[in-house]
Amino acid sequence: MGILEVKNVGKRFGGLQALSEVNLSVKENTVHAIIGPNGAGKSTLLNCLVGKLIPDTGSVMFDGQSVLGRAPYEINQMGISRVFQTPEIFGDLTVLENMMIPCFAKRDGAFELNAIPSVFGQKDILEKAEHMLEDMNMADKRHMHAAAMSRGDKRRLEIGMCLSQEPRLLLLDEPTAGMARADTNNTIDLLKQISEERDITIAIIEHDMHVVFSLANRITVLAQGTPLVEDDPQNIRGNPKVREAYLGESA
Amino acid sequence: MFGLDKKDTSMLIIVAFLTLFAPFILNPFPDGSALAQFNAGYPDLMQRFVIFGIFAIGFNILFGLTGYLSFGHAAFLGAGSYSAVWMFKLLSMNVVPAIILSVIVAGLFSLLIGFVSLRRSGIYFSILTLAFAQMSFNLAYSVLTPVTNGETGLQLTLDDPRVLGVSATADGSIPVTNIFGLEMRSTFELALGPWAFQFNAGYYLCALILLASFYLAIRIFRSPFGMMLRAVKSNQQRMNYTGLNSRPYTLAAFVISGMYAGLAGGLMASMDPLAGAERMQWTASGEVVLMTILGGAGTLIGPVLGAGFIKYFENIFSKINDGVLHGWFSFLPDGIENAMVTLIHPFVGKGWHLTLGILFMLVVIFLPGGLVEGGQRVAAWIKGKQAGGDTPAGKTEPAE
Repeated sequence: MGILEVKNVGKRFGGLQALSEVNLSVKENTVHAIIGPNGAGKSTLLNCLVGKLIPDTGSVMFDGQSVLGRAPYEINQMGISRVFQTPEIFGDLTVLENMMIPCFAKRDGAFELNAIPSVFGQKDILEKAEHMLEDMNMADKRHMHAAAMSRGDKRRLEIGMCLSQEPRLLLLDEPTAGMARADTNNTIDLLKQISEERDITIAIIEHDMHVVFSLANRITVLAQGTPLVEDDPQNIRGNPKVREAYLGESA
Repeated sequence: MFGLDKKDTSMLIIVAFLTLFAPFILNPFPDGSALAQFNAGYPDLMQRFVIFGIFAIGFNILFGLTGYLSFGHAAFLGAGSYSAVWMFKLLSMNVVPAIILSVIVAGLFSLLIGFVSLRRSGIYFSILTLAFAQMSFNLAYSVLTPVTNGETGLQLTLDDPRVLGVSATADGSIPVTNIFGLEMRSTFELALGPWAFQFNAGYYLCALILLASFYLAIRIFRSPFGMMLRAVKSNQQRMNYTGLNSRPYTLAAFVISGMYAGLAGGLMASMDPLAGAERMQWTASGEVVLMTILGGAGTLIGPVLGAGFIKYFENIFSKINDGVLHGWFSFLPDGIENAMVTLIHPFVGKGWHLTLGILFMLVVIFLPGGLVEGGQRVAAWIKGKQAGGDTPAGKTEPAE
């Protein structure tokens, strides 16, 4: 049994069958990549996992519990954190405040009317956030407005924010899309380090094969809304079906 | 001090100074002088300054922090006023129970309206709140006449029961509002040469409550709850994917700001025990939006400044009529005098809205952060000048 079990998931948008009979099992403490050509249904699948979309058929189980019908914040509190394609951070807040918010969410849950004490008087939260900023190598930027940072730094901050919630499963949606090569390599190193040092499962959707083969130890190939193969990276590389799916698109 | 950092403490002290010494600050011109009509230091107007200050502080907790623009906050103000007057009619003329009830009623009312309106955001939320407020206004004006006394407005009468007080005083008049015996209208007058300063009990009650409200607002702004509200404004998507439910946060902010509005309404009725439906009208809701934006939405002191600014305009500019203008320009030859009066006439008196509108446009275009941003720019300019030190003496800024 994997930590995430997707069974027979189907999703239809009007006349388009975006997903059909998707089966996926993500094992604990692995880095599982989901790849596929444009329009393969990767993002739709991801949205079904985090509560943004509800699949028409099938089931999604996380750690033995169904996530279907739950709101995104509830699924997050179960232990699934999501990193977006374009970094979603609190742009008007400082970097330190950005990092403190998930720490509050972890400590106090989905809602807490904590209106009288000072934010910076919460020493446990402050310490945890500062610690995470150091881990992410951005302690020197703590008083910057988050929106003023470079894209690579925003991505780093977003990943750090997800990690401060101590999730069991981290979902990444094309984390290096639109990044310069140096930023891409930094992100790969960061993710490698995270998967080695932390007790965490990573599922990653990616276009960039360089990123996929540097990180993943299990790969699922999605084509036209349905999984083509699931295998180890070395077998995927030589698989003729996979080549066809990609070449068919680029030809 | 009081669990605030240095900057917030000094801001609180400034506001305390301004409110407590307002009778002096607002009366800079000697009685009987030509400029005396610009004095604003009389009890009625000072009370309005601080009451609308409270209203705007509360509105800013919702609009400034979460970015949810409510166009219906006057409904809570009106609800507060009605409940306070009912308390005067039924229980006693002491303002304390009246104010407490007005806050509770406004809180419950805002819980109901907020629960429905907050299902949508952006313009749809604004329209929903506007619709609710107009509904409340029309109900108060017509259907709910037994409770609100319709278009006449709710007033005290000689046959009100007043369980813990008297229906009428010994000399057969309606009793006045008081706080444990101290009448709200009692005023101490201090004459210093040509100046006359008025210290009114009602004003000082409002001022103390304003200070308490301002202090509470600072605490909310600096608290984890306040940070979550700013997070709502900044990125709700990230918030939901960070395990936080934004709905109760916005609802709590809505109810808190509704309670502030109710408090303002209760105080208004405590100063002058009547309540009319027009307090709930959309223009009244729009006014608090203007105050907050003019002063600086999202800043602590901005709404208070905006409220003072608008109320000052409303009361002082609107009193400048043609007669006054003729007085000012009487030193000019007749033709030019009349021309000047004709030119300025549309901007003063009944036309004060025009001046306010122009000012509002200028502020929004050139100072999006409101009066607070203006103040900051001036402060930065002075600082820069001091740091420069050796600015040539001949190069001075043109006077306004």
